[in-house]
Amino acid sequence: MSERILEVTGLTKRFGGFVALDKVSLHLDEGERLGLIGPNGSGKTTMINCISGALINDEGRVQFKGADITGLKAHKRAQLGIARSFQVPKPFGSMTVLENLCIPLEFAARGRTDPGAVEDQAMEILKMIGFEDRARENSAGLTQVDMRKLELARALAAKPALLVSDEAMAGLSASEVDDILEILFKLNATGVAVIMIEHIMRAVMRYSQRIIVLDAGQKIAEGTPDEVIHDPQVERAYLGE
Amino acid sequence: MKLDKFWIACIAILILGFVFTKNADNEFYFFTTYVILQGLVMAVAWNILGGFTGYVNFGAAGFFAVGVYTSVALNKAFGLPLPVILAVAGIIGGLLGLGAGYLTLRLKGVYFAIATLATALVIETIVNNWKYVGGAAGTYVLQPKQSFIFDNYIELLFMLMLVLSVAAVAISRYLSSSRVGKGLAAIRDDEVAAECMGVPTLRLKLISTTAMGVLMSIAGAPFPFFVTFVDPVSAFALLIAVNAIAMPMIGGTAYWYGPVIGALILGVVQETATVTISSELNLLIVGVLLVLFITMAPQGIVGVYHDWRKKRDAK
Ligand SMILES: Nc1ncnc2c1ncn2[C@@H]1O[C@H](COP(=O)(O)OP(=O)(O)O)[C@@H](O)[C@H]1O
Ligand SMILES: [Mg+2]
Repeated sequence: MSERILEVTGLTKRFGGFVALDKVSLHLDEGERLGLIGPNGSGKTTMINCISGALINDEGRVQFKGADITGLKAHKRAQLGIARSFQVPKPFGSMTVLENLCIPLEFAARGRTDPGAVEDQAMEILKMIGFEDRARENSAGLTQVDMRKLELARALAAKPALLVSDEAMAGLSASEVDDILEILFKLNATGVAVIMIEHIMRAVMRYSQRIIVLDAGQKIAEGTPDEVIHDPQVERAYLGE
Repeated sequence: MKLDKFWIACIAILILGFVFTKNADNEFYFFTTYVILQGLVMAVAWNILGGFTGYVNFGAAGFFAVGVYTSVALNKAFGLPLPVILAVAGIIGGLLGLGAGYLTLRLKGVYFAIATLATALVIETIVNNWKYVGGAAGTYVLQPKQSFIFDNYIELLFMLMLVLSVAAVAISRYLSSSRVGKGLAAIRDDEVAAECMGVPTLRLKLISTTAMGVLMSIAGAPFPFFVTFVDPVSAFALLIAVNAIAMPMIGGTAYWYGPVIGALILGVVQETATVTISSELNLLIVGVLLVLFITMAPQGIVGVYHDWRKKRDAK
């Protein structure tokens, strides 16, 4: 039996009086590919924020590799091996694309990176994403679509054990989506667990071994892609009454 | 390679400064250079937080005055030697900086800037009502009789400020070119993203605010002996706070040498105007230059130079 890498239990997050996540539990095994879907505003990004530590949950517990990390700061979680991309890109705007990748390599992955090899490794990741010709460009000047790719590349540079990708493929062409899926499959094959949040159904369905559906802050379904897509509750959430 | 050149330049500057004290006998030169160098230390200190880390401090005069009045109080109470006074001023300024660092947890952007301004006003009010250090009326401070190996005390103060300048620049250069500097730049660009990429944002911000506090307070500590009469109007002068912001902005905030260039240019222009016309002009000069640079060259002189080189290389 494979080990649990992530275990979220009864997680609640409120913004003022508004309950964005209501006692949601989810788990992920080592090396698993999980899809997280749900309508806009259902709480997917908030869940990622609570897992990565960008926000601290009000109730419930987050465990990573068996250790309780509830309340642990985001940079510590990053060092433990949780990396994420941002749905709304947050590049380090004064830096080049390459320098953007050096930050996680030198901080999140510090203990796992030879200090002399930082730039080479950053370049390798850019090559993998097909971004090497942009390495010396200033990141603030990228298009939205390219910023998404940078988001993913930067998350990869943190050398995660768990990668959370928050709508990294929005706006990409069909062939680019396939390229990114290819990269994420390869990454997963090296043992990295992946949570994919995605609106492009074709992509999540193909990629995920298991899917969790959120609606209005609650988990309404969980199962294989096939089970989830035929769930009447999910249909209702997506298509309305 | 580069490291060697930098330290050779530092040593050369210190030796030149010392030779200068042994050869020039017009005290005017030392007064003028002291004022320029004091501005330089303040500018370099401001830029560690404002330029590298992206937190704007409008309360530079407050940090400076903490050093000034620590010095006044310690001198009056115990008559301590100057190095001890500098050390204590550095510690108190550092603690104040540390406090400002924790403030960044709750206040970002313009709210942080306003809080620093408010803090300076609070400190000024305290000093205004603290009779022991002269209160609002001010107090005289006697220069010590001994001036060590120098001919007079102003030469000693000049040499001290030169050493502080070199130290401030070395610290700032270290912070910007090390791993710490990369982390600070990430914080400046996007604090949430920095934290999620493993950057210990709070720890780095505390380093940044503390270094700023230490340097600004130490820059103020010799001031009472330099002017020999201190009151809140001179210690909390608007020009000190404005120069600390304007010098980095004019020179360029992204690199350690930006504020150095800005401080030297603005300092020389202001001192020239003081001598040839009137010191009343100084605020006007800095105001006009600041507006010009912010609208036309927000990256400062260093930015203009980099753009020019890029264009030239593209040809
Ligand atoms: N920082 C915040 N402050 C207040 N409300 C928020 C904040 N972040 C998210 N929300 C609200 O929480 C709900 C869930 O948002 P989000 O997690 O971004 O949804 P999703 O990613 O599934 O589209 C939305 O109604 C959103 O408006
Ligand atoms: Mg979202």
